[in-house]
Amino acid sequence: MARISVQINDFDVAAEIALLRQNDLNIGAIVTFTGTVRDVGGTLDSMTLEHYPGMTEKQLMLIASKAESRWPLLGCTIIHRHGTLVPGDNIVLIVTASAHRGAAFEAAEYLMDYLKSEAPFWKKEVGSSGSRWVEAKVEDDKARSRWKNNPTQ
Amino acid sequence: MRIIYFASLREAIGCAEETYIPPPATVTVSELIDHLRGRSDVYAAALDSSRMLRVAVNQTYAQPDHILNKDDEVAIFPPVTGG
Repeated sequence: MARISVQINDFDVAAEIALLRQNDLNIGAIVTFTGTVRDVGGTLDSMTLEHYPGMTEKQLMLIASKAESRWPLLGCTIIHRHGTLVPGDNIVLIVTASAHRGAAFEAAEYLMDYLKSEAPFWKKEVGSSGSRWVEAKVEDDKARSRWKNNPTQ
Repeated sequence: MRIIYFASLREAIGCAEETYIPPPATVTVSELIDHLRGRSDVYAAALDSSRMLRVAVNQTYAQPDHILNKDDEVAIFPPVTGG
């Protein structure tokens, strides 16, 4: 069962790894991914993340359960922040644990690819030239679709 | 029927959430959106077919041919940009 959290507050990567491990000595590989707020060219003041409370948690749980059925995971954590963030802030954390690294690496990538195109979050950037909603990227849909045609198990 | 809008669509329509009773013949998601477009120029522009929109019914993604019930929670929003 994955740990899912949609929260305003920051997360502590080391604490999340410790929580996931729970002294489980079957774990031989832990992969973490942290997504952070970029400031390209020094023009971003802040970024506000809006989400759909209720659906977001459901969707993240669905994505995690798909990953758990596809790889032999021994732990899975997804934390996503919402609210107003500034450059350098953490946005999202993925932690996957398994016996061997292959499953942990692949599952972490899979979770991020699905999260980016399925989890109902929207980013609005505020910068020196005003505010704008971030547009969805075609590459994100392509990143997700590679998992459909290339089963790894 | 409860209708919820998010992000740029919420701003374009100027409303986060509303209760809407669609005409009796409204059966599917695409028919609901057609009716909403007919309400005003603001709705017509916000829900223009050139815009990429996604729809969730009762917090699960739904296709245009999804059949609606009167008590459904229908969310309409632009493509997501989390992560």
